Amino acid sequence: MATAEEVAKAAERRDVRDRWLLSAPALLVILFAATGPLLIVLVYSFLTPGAYGDVKWLFSPDAWTSVFLERDIFDDTLSLAAAHVTIFWRSIKLAVVTTLATLALGFPTAYFMATRSEKTRDLWLFLITIPFWTNLLIRTFAVLQIIRNEGIINTILLKLGIISAPIQILYTDTAILIGMAYVYLPLMVLPIYASMEKLDFRLVEAGYDLYATRFKVLRKIIFPLVKPGVIAGSILVFIPALGAYVTPSVLGGGKNMMLSNLIELQFGQGRNWPLGSALSITVMIIVMVALLAYVRNAGKSGVRHG
Amino acid sequence: MPDKPDRNAIEVVNVSKIFGSGEGQVAALDNVSVSIRENEFFTLLGPSGCGKTTLLRLIAGFDFPTAGEILLYGQDIAPLPPFKRPVNTVFQSYALFPHMTVADNIGFGLEMLGKPKAEIKARVAEMLKLVKMEALAGRRTGQISGGQQQRVALARALAPQPKVLLLDEPLSALDYKLRKEMQIELKRLQHETGITFIFVTHDQEEALTMSDRIAVMSSGKILQVGSPWDIYDKPAERFVADFIGETNFLIAAISGSGNGKARATLKSGTTIEATVAEGFQPKDNATVVVRPEHAKLTKDKGDLSGKVENIVYFGTDTHIHVQLDSGEAFTVRQQNTRSAGCGFERGDKVGILIGNDAAQVLRD
Repeated sequence: MATAEEVAKAAERRDVRDRWLLSAPALLVILFAATGPLLIVLVYSFLTPGAYGDVKWLFSPDAWTSVFLERDIFDDTLSLAAAHVTIFWRSIKLAVVTTLATLALGFPTAYFMATRSEKTRDLWLFLITIPFWTNLLIRTFAVLQIIRNEGIINTILLKLGIISAPIQILYTDTAILIGMAYVYLPLMVLPIYASMEKLDFRLVEAGYDLYATRFKVLRKIIFPLVKPGVIAGSILVFIPALGAYVTPSVLGGGKNMMLSNLIELQFGQGRNWPLGSALSITVMIIVMVALLAYVRNAGKSGVRHG
Repeated sequence: MPDKPDRNAIEVVNVSKIFGSGEGQVAALDNVSVSIRENEFFTLLGPSGCGKTTLLRLIAGFDFPTAGEILLYGQDIAPLPPFKRPVNTVFQSYALFPHMTVADNIGFGLEMLGKPKAEIKARVAEMLKLVKMEALAGRRTGQISGGQQQRVALARALAPQPKVLLLDEPLSALDYKLRKEMQIELKRLQHETGITFIFVTHDQEEALTMSDRIAVMSSGKILQVGSPWDIYDKPAERFVADFIGETNFLIAAISGSGNGKARATLKSGTTIEATVAEGFQPKDNATVVVRPEHAKLTKDKGDLSGKVENIVYFGTDTHIHVQLDSGEAFTVRQQNTRSAGCGFERGDKVGILIGNDAAQVLRD
């Protein structure tokens, strides 16, 4: 007969095996659909561009040098690629502003939802998810319809006599921000709501009882406790916002190039797949660095609070 | 009874609280008035849903009364938000802030009051010592036991030196032994800090052992206010007599009442002396209560007679349930001795002697 120790060890082995079996499908998908293509992109970034797109299997670091630098066509000296830096900076700025805007709008929304009765809460949650039913492009065109010169806002303002000529919103940075905030708002609201729903509102009462004003209760009790939701929401918004393609193109009119446009250009008209690959990986690195810095910072302030 | 100054810390004047509207309207408090003296350990006692927690929440400021006034040292505080009332609460769930340490929890109120850092530090240290939690000051509240959380909750509420401390069933989550310890601890804290305590509980034993005065509540009303002795020995109404301790109810014909006393003729024909509920003028028939320990069982003829139905042994005493000849039930509690049994057996015909100062005539 097996000893108790042997039985326990066998059970543990079985447990480990089951875990691998259960996660195998997901791991396979990740391997073939994410890690594999990513490796191809990485390899391509070190190759030479072909004349009609594609790549020549010849090692070249040129794609990487031209991410931020450009070679003078006359004397071969390297200088900062001002156009690329501008585009990077513009995209990062848009992602940060979008994150802040969705946070400013999403936090009160999540608080409102979490403080409703249980029945109405589900209704609000349902309403928040409705935009996901529609394609992103269609939603973006809906925003366009609202803000264009002959759109709802301008028509109403004109009819009311508040303005005499339509305000140009479409094809401005404001238009992009409105569109981005609208598209990404649910991604901010949902994680904050999930944290807020778990919040014990008796703690809020305890805060009031201990002489904290409403603002102090928000800052000292509610915010620190729902911070995991705020962090998750910010990550969920920041990452896709950095690579946003449809919304800036449609609402910005393609006047100002974004990172996504730049990358698309390399794989299309530019016929420079290695540069496109190098740019893509650079974006990924930026996201990773930003996230690490953000999470670490948020974690630190959590310790200070406690 | 200890001497207490006559100043009132809290006066609740004709307060009503109605929840909901239209058909679903519920009166949680129905025109309640009560005065709580300075430096008193005052208990609101009643079953769940009687309105005791609602009254506490109105004093704390978490809810606002539908009608009436709540005076704190003569000033109406009913319209003030909780953070403007010099009143602190110990919550049933403790509601400690999980993202702060024990020390930060205790210092929170003082910090919000804008006290200087040095003062907060000194006061927190003092509070930690008061509740004997110095060693765990740096712990998170999730890393300490229920009893320790209870102490932190107390220290946190006491730290800003409130004029009145509200305690909402603070001991109900503790096990029996810890609860007993904390009862003594609470009395000590009240004595040492000299703060008025308003304590909410549904546990009659807790109320009797800890309070200077008790208000017994039922269905949104206060039925009786008095010292534990008053409440136990001179209950005014059937609900009070029934809710606190065990008791026997007997129907009696009343004659010759006056001066707080009356003569009650029981169904057995015997007439006994009884005290009368305060301010009550009994007419012909009334309910008389006799506590089980104030009656004595005898094998001879007593004031009442009946047959032993059941005998239950409790260690310190024995409860003997008797079916009276009148059909009513009566329980006698008899102190146990080491050497002998209770001296009766099921089925025995017995008499019951009621002491001279044992019966109380109820209002209803």
